[in-house]
Amino acid sequence: MEIDPFIFRLSIFILSIFVGYYVVWSVTPSLHTPLMSVTNAISSVIIVGAIIAALAGSSQNIFETSNIFGFLAILLAAVNIFGGFLVTQRMLQMYKKKKK
Amino acid sequence: MSANLSAFFYLISGILFILALRGLSSPETSRQGNYFGIAGMAISIIVTFLSVGIFGSGFIYVLLFLVIGGSIGAFIAFKIPMTAMPELVAGFHSLVGLAAVFVAISAFLKPEAFDLGIVGDIKLASLIEMSLGAAIGAITFSGSIIAFLKLRGIMSGAPITFKGQHIINLFLGLAIIFLIYYLCLSQSSNIFWSIVLISFIVGVLLIIPIGGADMPVVISMLNSYSGWAAAGIGFTLENTALIITGALVGSSGAILSYIMCKGMNRSFFNVILGGWGAADQALGKNNKEQKPVKSGNADDAAFLMKNASSVIIVPGYGMAVAQAQHALREMVDALKKNGVKVSYAIHPVAGRMPGHMNVLLAEANVPYDEVFELEEINNDFANCDVAYVIGANDVTNPVAKSDPQSPIYGMPVLDVEKSKSVLFVKRSLSPGYAGIDNDLFYRDNTLMLFADAKKMTEEIVKSL
Repeated sequence: MEIDPFIFRLSIFILSIFVGYYVVWSVTPSLHTPLMSVTNAISSVIIVGAIIAALAGSSQNIFETSNIFGFLAILLAAVNIFGGFLVTQRMLQMYKKKKK
Repeated sequence: MSANLSAFFYLISGILFILALRGLSSPETSRQGNYFGIAGMAISIIVTFLSVGIFGSGFIYVLLFLVIGGSIGAFIAFKIPMTAMPELVAGFHSLVGLAAVFVAISAFLKPEAFDLGIVGDIKLASLIEMSLGAAIGAITFSGSIIAFLKLRGIMSGAPITFKGQHIINLFLGLAIIFLIYYLCLSQSSNIFWSIVLISFIVGVLLIIPIGGADMPVVISMLNSYSGWAAAGIGFTLENTALIITGALVGSSGAILSYIMCKGMNRSFFNVILGGWGAADQALGKNNKEQKPVKSGNADDAAFLMKNASSVIIVPGYGMAVAQAQHALREMVDALKKNGVKVSYAIHPVAGRMPGHMNVLLAEANVPYDEVFELEEINNDFANCDVAYVIGANDVTNPVAKSDPQSPIYGMPVLDVEKSKSVLFVKRSLSPGYAGIDNDLFYRDNTLMLFADAKKMTEEIVKSL
């Protein structure tokens, strides 16, 4: 019997939880705020789904209800992507070592 | 682009996101890590465009929305003051949550676009995944909005509790599970909308009973939820990048929640079920008796610190409220000129989000190697001449070590009282968030400085 592709995705998911577990424990506590803003930015990769939703269907009528939800999701995710990465960058620039 | 090739690129994105988090293990590698994250995101977006392969008018609109959203995001990122980071992060979480809800709705309305079957006959697994994604996304959205309002001060930070709260939450939670089951049987869109609606309500009910100082746990928890929502959508779309990212973000938020709970010696459920602040505040006030307190002024403080050989600064949420971090930095500079050794001690739950104090100090150009975590510095208080407590309270309360009756008993605290003298900047003797009197106020070696944190620090700078 063939293995359902869902099982493979589930495996990736579970392994990623473990990777996340070990990687996040190694994050220094002083960078926990940038950690939150960057995880927020990368979770906006949900924009992938938003783009597919927005472009779905015939190219004549791109403003069906489902497309509109896609476009709105793109808008929200884009705010997050740019806002998240840039504010993280801004914070990380401030972390400096002692000048000797 | 073929599905296999794009799947491969999504995997690369996922790996770049892992490297982005890995970079945060030290400030030196963190900036590079952020670039990995940006690269991963760019790859994901470009690959999606190529695999959809439609470059008609729809594509122009997509770019348009991307640019509008991006500009708003960039504007916020550059304008936001560092003291407002907690509410910014809460606000961003709400956007991820809502985006997940929108994508799930879109997939439900037009499943053929995602290869999930047709309307009225969506694949069973996809239906479960998308409704879970939508439900968690909706909870993340409305919960984050409440957290945002509380952090911003638009809504009172006090816990809102009412009778039967937990039973209602439990009931609504079970209702969502039942409706998902029913959705799988009927494929009815009304059921789908009900799931989304109930989840919005659950999000609100879940966060309103949680008080202001427990916000670090709430924000971390919502961070985690936004990850699980993304993962749910990732399963629906069969997209590796989303699945990996969702898992990373979900576990990251969960770990941060755990660290925050441990910092308060409370269980996760104790925080989530709320009501600590409300129940004990009355108790604290009743027990208050008049005890002698020594108070001083800026000149006394300046004199004490100038003649010290080492000073430890203990910042807390009050420093953020008073925006005192820059004045504090000036004070430390003046002390260093006098040959005083200065370091900073940060409690895990100081402030309103994990790492809040560190960011504020970094903003004020405090080198990060002068800033220490609780375990690193706690033994140094015994050898230190002056501890300068600015805007922190409960995290310094020695009662947590001595009185088993106290609600904060067992919570790890900074051993501030062991230093030769303690300078405690505070506006009044009122108890902190936990509603209990701080024993430290009445110690012989404590000098209270009754003033606004920023004003007091500035005055000390002047007299130095």
